[in-house]
Amino acid sequence: MRLRTPADGVCLESPADRYRMVRLIRGFEELALELVRSGDIVGGTHPYIGQEAVAVGVCSALRPEDQLTSTHRGHGHVLAKGADPARLLAELLGRTTGLNKGRGGSMHAADLSLGILGANGIVGAGAPIAVGAAWAAQLAGEQRVVVSFFGDGALNQGVLLESFNLAAMWQLPVVFVCENNGYATTLPAAVAVAGTALGRAEAFGIPAVAVDGMDTEAVREAALQAAARARSGGGPVFLECRTYRFEGHHTMERRLKVDYRPAEEIAAWRERDPLLRAAALIGDPTALDQEVSEQLAQAREFALNSPAPDPAGACDHLYASGLRPRAGAVA
Amino acid sequence: MSWLSYTKALNRALADALADDPSVCLLGEDIGAGLAGPTLGLQKRFGASRVVDTPLSEQGFTGVAVGAALAGLRPVIEFQIPALLFLVFEQLVNQAHKFSLMTGGQASVPLTCLVPGSGSRDGWAGQHSDHPYGLFAHMGVKTVVPATPTDAYGLLRSAIADPDPVVVFAPAAALGVRDDVTGPLPVIPLGRARVHRPGTDVTVVAVGHLVHEALALATELAEDGVSVEVFDPRTLYPFDWEALGASLEKTGRLVVIDDSNRSCGIGAEILATAAEQYRLTAPPRRITRPDGAVLPFARELDRALQPGRDQLRHAVHAVLKH
Ligand SMILES: Cc1ncc(C[n+]2csc(CCOP(=O)(O)OP(=O)(O)O)c2C)c(N)n1
Repeated sequence: MRLRTPADGVCLESPADRYRMVRLIRGFEELALELVRSGDIVGGTHPYIGQEAVAVGVCSALRPEDQLTSTHRGHGHVLAKGADPARLLAELLGRTTGLNKGRGGSMHAADLSLGILGANGIVGAGAPIAVGAAWAAQLAGEQRVVVSFFGDGALNQGVLLESFNLAAMWQLPVVFVCENNGYATTLPAAVAVAGTALGRAEAFGIPAVAVDGMDTEAVREAALQAAARARSGGGPVFLECRTYRFEGHHTMERRLKVDYRPAEEIAAWRERDPLLRAAALIGDPTALDQEVSEQLAQAREFALNSPAPDPAGACDHLYASGLRPRAGAVA
Repeated sequence: MSWLSYTKALNRALADALADDPSVCLLGEDIGAGLAGPTLGLQKRFGASRVVDTPLSEQGFTGVAVGAALAGLRPVIEFQIPALLFLVFEQLVNQAHKFSLMTGGQASVPLTCLVPGSGSRDGWAGQHSDHPYGLFAHMGVKTVVPATPTDAYGLLRSAIADPDPVVVFAPAAALGVRDDVTGPLPVIPLGRARVHRPGTDVTVVAVGHLVHEALALATELAEDGVSVEVFDPRTLYPFDWEALGASLEKTGRLVVIDDSNRSCGIGAEILATAAEQYRLTAPPRRITRPDGAVLPFARELDRALQPGRDQLRHAVHAVLKH
């Protein structure tokens, strides 16, 4: 089977394409969980399970030349923008065939050729980067849109608010997507965010819309409008996607046995699973499920069989100019 | 032949870079009016979309510059005061500097930060008088401290052309320096030291404006028959270790004068490397601000914490005893 690539064009145009991508992200995340448990992935991951509708809905509104900045919980965004799952998985495993040649791992996965300017380990840090990329597009007279994904936790980062101001003042083509999953690690948004998420964007004159973040089609509709507005020079838009993560904040959480979410709350959100919602819009998903599971099996095979990097190259790529650092305690 | 001031040299470098390369753009506070000097007249000449007055959002616009650099521009940010670099350590060190490695070489962040007025500015007290170049050198961000107008021009041009982030510190105390220049100014590569005055008895490594103190002292000591080599690293990271090695090969004696805090400072690195790698005939010395110094306001106190010529003279005499 030939893997579908972004070179084939945006693959999320039909409900079936979108279902397939939701399925792919879900399956990828489950596979990652398995590989964390087996010890193949070290450092763990931040599972995206439950939030797939946001990545797929938003990315289905984008064109290949559009760009995005992602978060510590970035696999969904990276896949939905078209990254090769096999190379993303290889990156999680720290292999030379990974998107970042094993130098980035889960939290820094990037594919600049696809406009994926990087997942980011610092909450809120991607926002000004997205604004900068949008500014570059505006200066170049290009019709690119840049999406900045972030969580509700980022709403309390000053740099995010600075980014809102700059994007609004300069009327830049940015779509700010807040994935409000209700928690920043264990901290409920209800006790962390004064006022409202929408209110923060509105304070900067940015049109702000709340969307059902469990519904791929609702997110897509809102994102299409936001992207069209941004693309036509209308300036930034803010989308608050109300969603939920079914798993813990980080894979470490299972071992720690922390308890901060009522079981009924998790169960209630699980009933609104975006995978089921996306499946309901298409006929029999069996063939697509089969296709995805074959693709993931291949990805697994590819990643696990890929070579680990040579330790002698640990400082390769440190400088774009090729500058070699002096050896430290290790050469 | 004409006299070129340090600030005018920075201005000329920015103007030439903007003229030569349409992807170069400037960001900063009050740069349209040219309040700090280096950007004077540039907005009129190149337009407000390339010479951009930013709101007071250092983290925001530094992150914007990172994103713009990833998207193909070559942004230069002017920082009004050195302490603003503390605010944007995240954007510069944790994002810009790390992008190339973290992406496995996919990304390049050609971003330049210019601090025209680093170090004591006489009477600006605790929060405006730091010289935080050592922090960037420690983190591996390319770090430049030119001492003369010619070097300021040439190194700023290289910084802007470089594919990696570079921070350029223009010492406030060097802004009054003028060079006698004719014709076009050369572009000076990063990572190459300059020996301002050759000597055989002792190598004085002087950073930034202190080069001029070292030169004055060298002239003075020459009358007593002491031959001082004045070595200006110009780029603190990457440091020109080879040139330092060649100098120490001749003199065997080392004194470093550096207007930043002592502990973990660039002076410590120079001494450590010299001790590890080169043949020294005398224990090396360094003159710096005290550990953890905060410059006090009163003039006498401000001066008391900055390294100067008298301390340098003492240190040179001390190493000459060996
Ligand atoms: C600026 C910053 N503060 C703290 C952390 C540690 N941290 C990583 S993820 C996270 C929670 C982020 O919550 P949110 O933005 O809501 O995103 P979510 O994890 O819910 O997807 C925290 C506190 C960090 N990486 N960066």
